[in-house]
Amino acid sequence: MSGAPSGWLGRLRSGLGKSSNRLAGGIGSLLSERKLDAATLGDLEDLLITADLGVETAARLTEQISQRRFAADVPEAEVRAALAKDIAEILEPVARPLDTTARPEAGPQVILVVGVNGTGKTTTIGKLAQQLREQGKSVMLAAGDTFRAAAIDQLKLWGERTGASVVAQDPGTDPAAVAFDALQRARAEQTDVLLIDTAGRLHNKADLMAELEKVIRVLRKIDPDVPHEVLLVLDATTGQNAHAQVETFKELVAVSGLIVTKLDGSARGGVIVGLADRFGLPIYAIGVGEGADDLRPFAAQDFADSLLGLSA
Amino acid sequence: MFDTLTERLGKVFDGLTRRGALSEADITAALREVRVALLEADVALPVVRDLVAAVQERATGQEVLKSITPGQTVIKIVHDHLVETLGSEAVEIDLNAPTPVPMLLVGLQGSGKTTTTAKLANYLVEKQGKKVIMASLDVRRPAAQEQLRVLGDQALIPTLDIKLGEAPVDIARRAMDRGRREGYDVVLLDTAGRLAVDDDMMDEAVAIRDAVKPHETLLVADAMTGQDAVNIGRVFHEKVGLTGIVLTRIDGDARGGAALSMRAVTGCPIKLLGTGEGLGALEPFHPDRIVGRILGMGDVVGLVEKAQEVVEEEQARKVAAKIQKGQFDLEDMADQLRQVKKMGGMGGIMSMLPGAGKIQKQMAQHNIDDSMIRRQEAIILSMTPGERHRPALIKASRKRRVAAGSGTSVQEINKLLKQFQQLQSMMKKMKKMGGRMLPMGGGMPGGALPPGFGR
Repeated sequence: MSGAPSGWLGRLRSGLGKSSNRLAGGIGSLLSERKLDAATLGDLEDLLITADLGVETAARLTEQISQRRFAADVPEAEVRAALAKDIAEILEPVARPLDTTARPEAGPQVILVVGVNGTGKTTTIGKLAQQLREQGKSVMLAAGDTFRAAAIDQLKLWGERTGASVVAQDPGTDPAAVAFDALQRARAEQTDVLLIDTAGRLHNKADLMAELEKVIRVLRKIDPDVPHEVLLVLDATTGQNAHAQVETFKELVAVSGLIVTKLDGSARGGVIVGLADRFGLPIYAIGVGEGADDLRPFAAQDFADSLLGLSA
Repeated sequence: MFDTLTERLGKVFDGLTRRGALSEADITAALREVRVALLEADVALPVVRDLVAAVQERATGQEVLKSITPGQTVIKIVHDHLVETLGSEAVEIDLNAPTPVPMLLVGLQGSGKTTTTAKLANYLVEKQGKKVIMASLDVRRPAAQEQLRVLGDQALIPTLDIKLGEAPVDIARRAMDRGRREGYDVVLLDTAGRLAVDDDMMDEAVAIRDAVKPHETLLVADAMTGQDAVNIGRVFHEKVGLTGIVLTRIDGDARGGAALSMRAVTGCPIKLLGTGEGLGALEPFHPDRIVGRILGMGDVVGLVEKAQEVVEEEQARKVAAKIQKGQFDLEDMADQLRQVKKMGGMGGIMSMLPGAGKIQKQMAQHNIDDSMIRRQEAIILSMTPGERHRPALIKASRKRRVAAGSGTSVQEINKLLKQFQQLQSMMKKMKKMGGRMLPMGGGMPGGALPPGFGR
């Protein structure tokens, strides 16, 4: 983690760069030698597929490129730029940062964080808390993951690190009760932002999804307008199953935005291109490392450029 | 969202069935669908290419050309090839080494290493009677070591005491020392999550490996992993050296193509599957089931096994005979409903099928749930035996009586009777298609059934 270029753009690029080098290099060697013929387009499509864009999205993007009528000896950088532009156009409408400035009149801004197991919900909450604290806001964390062993301790450590207060009950407690308690305390203490952690759950487990619906139902007994945000945390390593995750969570708990984590690995997170196209949910932030400042706003053109190995 | 391979091939082969023979072009078209199906299941592209080429070789020639049901044949060839690729036989965790046997679990952040460590310990204790100790070498994620300790306490499996500030390699050495001193059979070492591109962390994994020389080094990987599975598998195998793979979250509805990708790129067997949140939810690997999922055919094997457990064979034969004779009545429908209940209800059955979340939602929209099954059973139980046998008897006043008796409404009675009619006509159709789909009883070859035999 040390010695990496500082500045978030540098980090994003070095993170994404690792992942996109092969894609970019692949396109380079592909195009310098051949025309943009059917075989080349097919290879181009394959390269998008290996970035997890999915068969359908990859085919559509390739189709767009094929109608662009490039000269026979088009420089490969031009094709890459055109592709990046197409991808950025899809992503532009969803590149909207999480708005924490508008504090509701009564009580805190309430943010519920959900997702399947192991995507990085608790870590994301820690990073968010850190950033909110740096903005001078008071933050409360609700330890709603009462299932996973030591999840409560993990959140408490984040509380200590960031100076956020933590509301927790015993492991095994009904998470709805923890959330209810936390919201009451946050209102009493006039906290600015309440971040509610939840246990990871697979979206196809009806009982666990019902548990999450209950958390929201119970919170609304205090204030019908909460939660103000429901963040779905997605792991960039995930393949096409991300579609099923977004679909189900969105339908059952009204997800308001996405956070995509682990983009500093070799996974390229290309699935979000298809997600943006299909669901139009804002991508509030991306995770590009383990430090608190590694949770960054999502920038469409930068992401697309990095995906294709173009420097901004 | 995704069509299953069966549906895809169905489209390609629609209308071909009666034409008899298949051309090369048909095979190519079929394989294009196979390719898309595999990619949508997250099998990595290079692996897909190899698979498709191999299947093409097998499919080209007599087998498919002479087949009566080309779609089925292609699916079978693909299925068999994928099973072979994944390794037809289950490979157990290898304990054949001087005790204490060191085992290392590695993987990306959030793949489920700590939970898997506890499950594996539990598995070795319960199934193999081993004495196991666990240690967490994760000094990075807050409370990671604590997480393993809590899991150990739950499972009554000892964990190495936590010393703040101790380096992972030192923890590993201390765990081995204690394992030797106290006569443990197995020392399980849980490690911090690491990205394949993080050289410092990969070096740390290598240093741990060199310090304890693990007999098993298991890559713990999420079944939802996408195309990156090949990179993850390759880098961990090249740098740390793997002996096996544990695939977690197989209880989700991901198709699990990562299994094929990782197996192909590392050559290491998939040894275990994480099948749920409980400590006991760790199962030996069945290639059949994973292949069924990848191809979108669901855990048909699991479903069939489950069905075999609860469905009494005698009864099944009786029902089959009745269907054959066109005598399936409401009594039999009630039996079927009871069997669904025994198999863990609709939810239990659906959870074994892919896309279950979606189906469950659709079922919820149409109010299909277990309470509906109970209501339907109640309706049938409120009928007289005569009515159950001849539903046509049930007219308005009888409907009112049955509704009152079962605490339902006339509309629900009508709905049930309509469903029964649909079921009956479906069964007649199945019977007409006869032997080819359901080779039931006798030596009568399906093709020999004359048209209209169903009446």
